[in-house]
Amino acid sequence: MMSTREGAHIEQPVVQAEGLVRSYGEIRALREVSFSIPAGSVVGFLGPNGAGKTTAIKVLTGSLAADQGCARICGYDVEAQAQEARASIGYLPENNPLYPEMRVDRFLRFSWQAQQVEGASEDCGQAIERVVEATGLSSVYRRAIGDCSKGYRQRVGLAQALLRDPPLLILDEPTNGLDPLQVVEIRELIRRLGRTKTVLLTTHVLSEVEALADRVLLIHQGRKVADDTLETLTSAGDGRLVQISVQAKPERLESVLRTLRLEIVQLRPSVFGLEESARGLVRVTSFTGEQLVSISRAVQEAGLPLLELAPHAGGLEALFQSLDTAGGVSVSTEAQA
Amino acid sequence: MRRVLLLARRECASAFDSPIAYVVLATLPVLTALFFFVLGGFFAGGTADLRAFFALLPLVLILIAPAITMRMWAEERRSGTEELLFSYPFRVCELVLGKWLGAVALLALALLATALVPLTVFWLGPLDWGPVIGGYLGALLLGGACLAAGLFLSAVTANQIVAWLLGVLLLAALNLPSLLLPFVPVSSGAARVLLAVDQRERFQGLARGVLAFGDLVYFVGFTALFLCLMGLVLENRRFR
Repeated sequence: MMSTREGAHIEQPVVQAEGLVRSYGEIRALREVSFSIPAGSVVGFLGPNGAGKTTAIKVLTGSLAADQGCARICGYDVEAQAQEARASIGYLPENNPLYPEMRVDRFLRFSWQAQQVEGASEDCGQAIERVVEATGLSSVYRRAIGDCSKGYRQRVGLAQALLRDPPLLILDEPTNGLDPLQVVEIRELIRRLGRTKTVLLTTHVLSEVEALADRVLLIHQGRKVADDTLETLTSAGDGRLVQISVQAKPERLESVLRTLRLEIVQLRPSVFGLEESARGLVRVTSFTGEQLVSISRAVQEAGLPLLELAPHAGGLEALFQSLDTAGGVSVSTEAQA
Repeated sequence: MRRVLLLARRECASAFDSPIAYVVLATLPVLTALFFFVLGGFFAGGTADLRAFFALLPLVLILIAPAITMRMWAEERRSGTEELLFSYPFRVCELVLGKWLGAVALLALALLATALVPLTVFWLGPLDWGPVIGGYLGALLLGGACLAAGLFLSAVTANQIVAWLLGVLLLAALNLPSLLLPFVPVSSGAARVLLAVDQRERFQGLARGVLAFGDLVYFVGFTALFLCLMGLVLENRRFR
């Protein structure tokens, strides 16, 4: 059980969205999206461009109203109790908008005062000291934000989100545009924050979700298409994935796999540096030895030199690629093209 | 109120972090002094009064007020910091009043810089300070109204130049009606309407040190109208 500053006891999830619908004219950005995020989770919020992620986040942060449905943050309705709901969120918007002319220390002071509520356990100085230490900003503390590197600006954005020590952090593309070293630093920071806070993280970088999140919320064309633990999702949903590589043209591998009536998730040419070669990713119902043997035998009978036959963990990339236009998670090779 | 003052302070500080504050603080005194001493024929008149100075002020404010407000919302919107502000627990009325007070504070500083004009006149001859103080208070009322209109226009566009141009056009239109008086019958209803809506005519009463209830209602009402319109725009953008 959690307690808020106002004394409201919270047993419910930190985020609860029920039947969110939101349209922009004819375009339906969210279609009956429901999900909940329990306290202490690090949730990766995934979806292709235009899937509805940013709209959902704007609804949660109270900067956009849903046409239907409701959302609660720490039990507070984001519309009816907007002040309380906002006070429970630390938000890093996409592209990390900041005031470049302001100094880091002055911006953090402004940000703390803007977010301050009565009864806060820390004063401004203590809160700033805490976030500066947590985000490693001491070396640029008195520098103008516009003069800081992009990595440090991202830290400033994270620092302002942490000032109130909120139970929920919403980070929209937190590593967008950073160089690899900065990405590693920010990921490590988010990982540390995730130990004590609930984090909702949107990103296009699937490896980031795999590295940081313990739960994935997948949205496509305004609909929720997956909401589960990373482990369950990457084990390929309704079946398992097998990776098979042969020294032959992709069309020949495809015809063999089709005779076995296997669903082809992915088919790529040229593997292992061989010009005439192909790698397929197929979905099988289970990893029985017989199934692998039958694939191996069919390939050999077709006269295709086998280069590789192994269970494939799938990963988020395969799941992401498997999104079809109907919003499901099954695909054909045509969808890959 | 705490958050209103916080935002007002940030707006003021932000103006000084950019060239806007310095341009305004330099332009207003220079323009008013130039018009008053050089073009206004002060030395030819031979009397120590500031009526011509206050008569010019509304015209100068047509250019200056939109310059102060043009970036206040347009830049927030363009750079995305508007979303950050909206995510903080500000009420819309706090955002509206905070921005407006910040703009008024900057204008007040610029008006203070024009005090060189009355001080020079005082140095040259006897000056009745009553109408001067009344004139400055009236200028603040007028300026507050112009800034409210400018802020509303800044809130409806993401382009600072467009916001400035729209502001200049609107304020110019509000200062023009009395110029149409020669074309309507004297004492007609149309003449009364033209005088009633003309900002410059309204201000002249205040500039003489006469605080008429009608003028006060006009400026306060004008300010409140545009602040409310700005609030509606922000409310609409924040939630729609």
